[in-house]
Amino acid sequence: MKASAAIWKERFKGKLPEPLGSEVDQFETEIGLRQQGKIEDKVFAETRLRRGAYGQRYDNGHRYDGTESRKLPFADKPTKGPGTMWDAPGMLRIKIPFGGLNPEQLETMSELAEEYSDGIAHVTTRQDFQLHFIHIENGPSIMRRLAAVGITTREACGNAVRNVTACPLAGVCSDEAFDVTPYSHALAWFLMGHPDTMEFGRKFKPAFSGCAQHACGLTQMHDIGFTAAVREVDGKLQRGFKIVVGGGLGPVPRQARTLTEFAPVEEMLPITQAVCRVFGRHGEKKNRNAARIKFLVDKWGIEKFRAEVVTTRQELREDPRWLEMLKGFEKTAEGPLRPPGEMPKLNGNDKLNQWVRGNVRDQRQAGYVTCAVTLPLGDITADQLRALADTVRKYTRGTIRTTVEQNFLIRWISKSDVAAVFAELDAVNLAQPGSSSVVDITACPGTDTCKLGISSSRGLGGEIRNRLLAKSYQLDEAIKALHIKISGCFNSCGDHHVADLGFYGVSRTINGYKVPHFQVLLGGQWENNAGSYGLPIIAVPSKRAPDAVDRVTEYYVKNRQKDEKFFAFIKRVGKGPIREILEPLAENIPTHDADASFYSDWGDPRQYSIGDIGIGECAGEVVTRYEFELVAAERLVFEAGLHLDRGVPQQGGETAYSAFLKAAKALVQVQYDDVGSEPDEIFAEFKERFFDTQLFFDPFVGPKFANFFFAAHAARGEKFDADTAHHRIAEAQLFIEAVHNCYNKLRSKPAPTAAKS
Amino acid sequence: MELQHFVAKIHVDGPLGFDPAKVVDVLHKWVAAQSVPGVLLIDVAELLHVPNGPGVIAVGHEADYSLDQTGGIWGVLHRRKTVFPGSNADRIVQALKGAAQTALRLEEAFSGTLKVSRTTFELIVNDRGLAPNTPETYAAAQPEIEAALRTLLGHGDFQVTRHDRERRERFGVTVKSAKPYDLAALAAG
Ligand code: SF4
Repeated sequence: MKASAAIWKERFKGKLPEPLGSEVDQFETEIGLRQQGKIEDKVFAETRLRRGAYGQRYDNGHRYDGTESRKLPFADKPTKGPGTMWDAPGMLRIKIPFGGLNPEQLETMSELAEEYSDGIAHVTTRQDFQLHFIHIENGPSIMRRLAAVGITTREACGNAVRNVTACPLAGVCSDEAFDVTPYSHALAWFLMGHPDTMEFGRKFKPAFSGCAQHACGLTQMHDIGFTAAVREVDGKLQRGFKIVVGGGLGPVPRQARTLTEFAPVEEMLPITQAVCRVFGRHGEKKNRNAARIKFLVDKWGIEKFRAEVVTTRQELREDPRWLEMLKGFEKTAEGPLRPPGEMPKLNGNDKLNQWVRGNVRDQRQAGYVTCAVTLPLGDITADQLRALADTVRKYTRGTIRTTVEQNFLIRWISKSDVAAVFAELDAVNLAQPGSSSVVDITACPGTDTCKLGISSSRGLGGEIRNRLLAKSYQLDEAIKALHIKISGCFNSCGDHHVADLGFYGVSRTINGYKVPHFQVLLGGQWENNAGSYGLPIIAVPSKRAPDAVDRVTEYYVKNRQKDEKFFAFIKRVGKGPIREILEPLAENIPTHDADASFYSDWGDPRQYSIGDIGIGECAGEVVTRYEFELVAAERLVFEAGLHLDRGVPQQGGETAYSAFLKAAKALVQVQYDDVGSEPDEIFAEFKERFFDTQLFFDPFVGPKFANFFFAAHAARGEKFDADTAHHRIAEAQLFIEAVHNCYNKLRSKPAPTAAKS
Repeated sequence: MELQHFVAKIHVDGPLGFDPAKVVDVLHKWVAAQSVPGVLLIDVAELLHVPNGPGVIAVGHEADYSLDQTGGIWGVLHRRKTVFPGSNADRIVQALKGAAQTALRLEEAFSGTLKVSRTTFELIVNDRGLAPNTPETYAAAQPEIEAALRTLLGHGDFQVTRHDRERRERFGVTVKSAKPYDLAALAAG
């Protein structure tokens, strides 16, 4: 703990806004109680998660060093949660409702990044901040300093209402129905700690969008999404929202379903409260892998869910805050500091021209623009934060927003100040052009700090970005418009499902060594509020993933029709030809002796490993057969996607089931050569050998992937529509990944190959 | 006045003669070997994509070690995280010792391409609660800092300049010694 903890406590005593101040005091007490062993580790874990204090890679006290898994000799203290060392650094997530910040808050972030973290503040895909390498005992000091500028970490993690996101252009966009800022602000504070949100089995993510057609709010991929709309009633214009529920990314993404086409703004808070109560009462609690609201909506169907919400809404006790909280609009109101102006002549300064083209956008209000501040991989230094605070103070009324693309947006810049703002940002390396373009890559923390990371999403993001920047002058405009998003695993924190080119980390075993790979996804759509989700087409080695970007983009430029957007292009040509051009990248991976670089990940020279599994001992016929069957399973899942693309979801869903069977059979054959081809036999053998023994269980999500197979098997003969086929295909792909992992696990021990007696 | 959590950064002499990404491999080896006595090394953070940023860090429990580019100046940095017992002078000695040891190791690893300064380093108190960046803090800390440096460098022929360009920066000073110091002696504490 820092020596200044008592100083901060004393300095802010009685001065922090409530309830933030007393919550920090409570947390401090809980830390003390846990240190004395007076709170159970599980309880403490949920407590700290609800305060935004998350785990970080290696916090179980083990780390693979490239040769073997070694113990990190942390001091013997009570744990922070099951298997989580007290002194192991963690991540602190800091909630920024609608991404709205002021200069004092930026300055506080800069101080905290320097004093408690690694000097970097990281902007996330939910408009939050994250600080890494934080010691739990410094949590209260950090939280006090945040509370002093009106920021909380409360419910930034855990089974709670997460940060409320909103279009960063809200209030200045020409396409919006109205400014959603005050509503997102009201919802964030209304739901924080609300009794109806205390019983969730999983997290709950809300989002606001000012219009339906653009991507900024991404409402379709949220647990609850609000899209602004205006209708005419008795000659008067009435503000309201289209409300959708049950969307989400994660391993198997769902498009949200419409709860209501229009709810007046006055009904926003009570309806949301009713949704929360329904979710809290009826959502899954035991199986966390099926506990998001999307599963409840799936299980019930949207009609039943809607009916339940309507009934629940009627029974809610009237709460004056429903309307009161919509009144304080001035709290979030923004406007200009300086008079409107004209854009400067841009001749002669190439860098400024590029920046204006890529990062500056007209506001609805004449004479003003927004300026995007592009952050590499969402990272910003303490010095940069301070400089940004100065710029915001000087040219605006002291407001700025984070974006879900891990950037900042400065609004209300007078056009006549554009060149000056550029110069100030450029002086601190914050004037990188190409905001929201192909070089503005989104990446989750991945193996850098996330406990669940499989491949290095940030490493890959950095590499692709460097390569694209090096040739940015020659890049075709069509390529510049693409979105690349990368997740370190299937959990999709990097939003890979909604990218033009998405990647998520997987691992493969080649000749007994593990090789980091990325699944390449196509068919996702960032526009239309995350209008559709991509599907994996092939896994390529991590070190060849940048080549995959080159190949796909070259193919697109060569074969696109005039002005054809990438999403439409993929729809027209199909994924087959793209897979064909990527297949050579997946093949002929050099042996470890020939080129060891394939066996480590980007930015991490250690020999690659997941879960500290060593090199296996068995080889030969069984391996060959397994690999052969698995390749067939992967091909089937790909074909299933093609059927779906061709508008034959039934065939897509059925082929996905065949992929499940093929993959399960591959694994069964590792233990039992003579397994037949009958689905029931494969199922029974798989269940007995891998499920009942828990061999197939994932260390983090347990039986989740096996359950996908069980559900598919139980539902044989079902009718598929586009949605259900999409889910089945995504689940089949995840099941195949789990087969790979299980196989790796088996190979770390002498493989039992005895035939069934 | 109690000063804790010192950062010591010994500037690199001249331009960096090698790709800083190569430090990643070196630091991973340090972590694997747990090769800093008394410090639990946990991981390596590579942050080179951020210009003028924290560079490459071996993250430890008690302290961090890095090749740092904050402020656009490359330097070898030691950041004390946990409380260090003793006097302020002891902590200054300890911080510089950590930085000097790291610098020597990196100079050896990048022999011929990395040379750190034998005259210039920074000392920063990484804690605004203990040491706000004010003239008052400087007035209170200066005698102790200078006394510690006199003992450490073996002479009083040095200049201490407070970082007062920007009030929001952490309290810190840049030290320029008129005579070159012996890095090995600093490393020995
Ligand atoms: S997508 Fe996976 S690796 Fe990335 S942050 Fe989420 S859980 Fe971690």
